[in-house]
Amino acid sequence: MSTFTLRHNRVELAVHRLSDGADDVRRPLLLLHGLGERTPSQVPVRQLSGFVWPGPVLGLDFTGHGASTVPVGGGYTSEILVGDVDTVLRETGPVTILGRGLGAYVGLLAAAARPELVRGVVLTDGPGLVGGGTHPGSPLLPVPAPGGVVPPDPFALLELARDVRPPDYAQTYARYAVEGSDLDDPVWVSCVVRPEWVAAISGEPGVARGSVAEGLARYAAVD
Amino acid sequence: MAEPTLPLTAAAAGAYPGARRPDRRRTVDSAGVAIAVAEWGDPDAPVLLCAHGGFDFAETLNVFAPMLADAGWRVVSWDQRGHGDSAHTHLYSWEADQRDAAAVIASLPPAPMPFLGHSKGGSLVMHLANALPHRVAALVNLDGLPSGRAMTDVSEHERTRMLRREMSAWLDHRHTLVGKQRKPGTIEELAERRGRMNPRLDPAWLQYLVTVGATEAPDGWRWKIDPTLRMGGFGPWRPEWSMLRLPGIGVPVMGVLGLDLEYMGWGTRPEDVVPYLPPGARFEELEGVGHFVHIEQPRRVADLVLDFLDGALPAVARP
Repeated sequence: MSTFTLRHNRVELAVHRLSDGADDVRRPLLLLHGLGERTPSQVPVRQLSGFVWPGPVLGLDFTGHGASTVPVGGGYTSEILVGDVDTVLRETGPVTILGRGLGAYVGLLAAAARPELVRGVVLTDGPGLVGGGTHPGSPLLPVPAPGGVVPPDPFALLELARDVRPPDYAQTYARYAVEGSDLDDPVWVSCVVRPEWVAAISGEPGVARGSVAEGLARYAAVD
Repeated sequence: MAEPTLPLTAAAAGAYPGARRPDRRRTVDSAGVAIAVAEWGDPDAPVLLCAHGGFDFAETLNVFAPMLADAGWRVVSWDQRGHGDSAHTHLYSWEADQRDAAAVIASLPPAPMPFLGHSKGGSLVMHLANALPHRVAALVNLDGLPSGRAMTDVSEHERTRMLRREMSAWLDHRHTLVGKQRKPGTIEELAERRGRMNPRLDPAWLQYLVTVGATEAPDGWRWKIDPTLRMGGFGPWRPEWSMLRLPGIGVPVMGVLGLDLEYMGWGTRPEDVVPYLPPGARFEELEGVGHFVHIEQPRRVADLVLDFLDGALPAVARP
């Protein structure tokens, strides 16, 4: 595994190259981890359901996670993490995304924002998939116990676990992803858990459902 | 991360009629973020907490706050993260702003206090009144009641109706931030730039604001606000989520709405607000006044606030 860093505003993002793949000029697979996780140290064969991605496999550590900068004083949103992904896309060019949990949600948003650069996103189960529900809960202002700045940032866990995800909001993103892509089905839902936002996009035209291996095979087969 | 600075020079004091810089400045730590607090009035007087709007800073209250302080209140405001003299941070969010405000409140005496806020600050104190009901004695919202229309001054916040090109533009903007600085200029130039957002405000006031809200370097003045902040943004938030915080507020409430629409305003109309007012709430519609009600007509609005608080609070809780 090798690692390089990219700058997103004041945050240094760690991007790990887990494999060159059989053909390193092929489009990379970009792994987006779940809430509180980090990029694994080697290609997560089980997460890929045994599918061997033909090109390089990369993994991004989101802000406040893994080897990326832990911000001071929190302030996380899923949308800012889309900026993390976009920073990677700017460096790598087109990728296919395999997102776990929080990474699945952020991957969907990134596919909507940059449909020409996200050549398929596979959404899988993982920490942070549900988020904070469909609307804000009772107000509270929690502050994590001081514990240093060892990742994952407690503020990330706290704030992104409460990140509100209205179904129609996710639906809008799914539609943007489909409208902006020349793929027939640029979004692939492999989650077993179906929070409201996942249920809402699952019926959308251009959103396919199936196993992780089927989804990756589908996207590996297109330019 | 930029170091917060707390200049308290007297150079600009009195440069605008009625303006008075804070009597005291201090910082509060909010989970590692230095939040600059400004105070006017007797430090032993009852506290009146004031929240500024987005892209403003505490010293935009330099005329309004002294009027309240001179009526006997200890007026406490703060620069929101990235604004004024508070630290520039890695991340900005609505929840982080609330947490910073809670840190300021935690630094104050335990007695419940009136919360007052303008624009984004009005919405902020409305949320705080829900989250910290044991700390609030009354709530004053100055043109910070969201409707289904835009909230222009809420940076990195969310819009329900967001076009894909806005999202792309926001992401493109993110790529320009490394090492970004505010554009330098003369006092007149910075005031003129701000005047585009605040077309109704006195140009002399805007020039005065430069002297308290910008820093001077050899190549000119720069606004202190974090250059990476940008108006707009996108996300799941929708205005009714804020409005739904209003009916359940258990303390006396006054809402003030400037009826003249302008760029930085939220476009809220009385009919957007009235259905959500809690029982007994007072609602003031100001004809011929824009979004910055407390800056356009500080005496009128201060008198409204003082009159409201006189009627809303027991004698023991007010000056």
